[in-house]
Amino acid sequence: MKRLPLMLLLAAALAAGVVLAQERRLELKDGPGRDKVEANCASCHSLDYILGNSPFMNRGVWEAEVTKMIKAYGAPIADADAKEIADYLAKNYGQP
Amino acid sequence: MPSRRDLLKATGGLVLATGGSWLASHAHGAVPNPPGLAPLPAGAVASGDLEALAGKLPLIKRSWRPPNYETPLSYFSEEITPNRAFFVRYHLAVIPEIAADKWSVTIGGDAAATPFELTLEQLKRDFPAIEVVAVNQCSGNRRGLFEPHVPGVEWGVGAMGNARWKGARLKDILAKAGLKKEALEIAFNGADGPVMPATPDFQKSIPVWKALDENTLVAYEMNGEPLPHWNGFPARIVVPGWTGTYWMKHVISISALSKPFDNFWVKSAYRIPIGKFPLIDHFGSQLTDANEPITEMVVNSLITNIEPGQQVPVGRPFEVKGIAWDGGRGIAGVDVSADGGRTWRSATLGADRGRFSFRSFSQSFTPTERGAMTVMARATNRAGSTQTMELILNPAGYHHNVVQRIAVNAA
Repeated sequence: MKRLPLMLLLAAALAAGVVLAQERRLELKDGPGRDKVEANCASCHSLDYILGNSPFMNRGVWEAEVTKMIKAYGAPIADADAKEIADYLAKNYGQP
Repeated sequence: MPSRRDLLKATGGLVLATGGSWLASHAHGAVPNPPGLAPLPAGAVASGDLEALAGKLPLIKRSWRPPNYETPLSYFSEEITPNRAFFVRYHLAVIPEIAADKWSVTIGGDAAATPFELTLEQLKRDFPAIEVVAVNQCSGNRRGLFEPHVPGVEWGVGAMGNARWKGARLKDILAKAGLKKEALEIAFNGADGPVMPATPDFQKSIPVWKALDENTLVAYEMNGEPLPHWNGFPARIVVPGWTGTYWMKHVISISALSKPFDNFWVKSAYRIPIGKFPLIDHFGSQLTDANEPITEMVVNSLITNIEPGQQVPVGRPFEVKGIAWDGGRGIAGVDVSADGGRTWRSATLGADRGRFSFRSFSQSFTPTERGAMTVMARATNRAGSTQTMELILNPAGYHHNVVQRIAVNAA
């Protein structure tokens, strides 16, 4: 019963060639720290913020972003996790 | 007609929405870089799909949560941006759907002698209805085109729109609240809020002189319709001339303050370096030695009908069309060049919908020989300010008004 309206909605969207805006699971690049990124960053915002802001930031700029999330936006991220997150982002979504 | 790519995307969306995971084959990069400017970050192009929020046409998705969606270039060939194509910008991800009959806004603060509350019905009934056509542009519009790139929502050229707003004058509402002479700033809060309690709620203030401007509204209509949910239903603040950060959506409180408002979004965010931009309006009670709040928009233009690499026939006129706008002085003229800025012609301006509106322009050129041509447009406002050729760097990526350079081929 629950599925029917969703399927109808999607069928209508399909017919119109429209992609409905709905957050999808974004498969981040595999690597150490990915779990920390998914567990922390995704609480407040979708992970496409990371993809959109790549690949132009170096380690220092990514670290500043993570610090901003903690200091300015109050993200409850442990120091060790913050370092791992910055490392992961710089390595996988940083300046090539 | 849906293209094959659209169908592929829609099919992918269907699988994903029913519980599947991200598909590697999901069509990316359907939206090209804006013409004639430095490119977006590669990741922003890759994730900038066309997707439709409820009640909206497909817009360029910059982020799902909070929702940030920009208007595709094609909608700017008209001076008024359709509500369903109007860009969407949120800072925080908790966004309630508000029922019109449940909504009210409180007017108070330490500099208001007679605080009161307004329902939507009272807002419409108790104050004269005023209409103003005005550009609502995100402070960070074109941030993604900064070179070097700066962090933030990586907008192209479409984090803006122009609409006919209808509402009550804020000054009339403040008068009813018994505004005291010591009032310094008027602060706004909206119904949207943060996920984490420690995240600063998005609130803003404006100087009292701007709040008392006859064009500053508490608006409940946009282009003759109720505000779309994603644009602030049932009522939002409209601050013509100033960037979108002050146009509080889903407004639920208006506070007259006798002291500078102490909030992260005013004190720390939305700041520009002192003295770098040719602006007239300043937010005097919030200045520091190093920076000041962003205020009015810089003069800007957008060419809407020329694509990079386009073929233009020798011996036949082709038209360059676009729109120009500024922070409320009004557009004085737009100069257009087809030879990379060596010579300029004054464009014909379209209908004047007021000094806060997009102003359309057009100018035709007839190529005399084969070869590369570079099309440019440069708007000037009535204060004599014009667009820059070189980007004015600033940390948050605001006020990008670099002249476009679009290469075409005469053949």
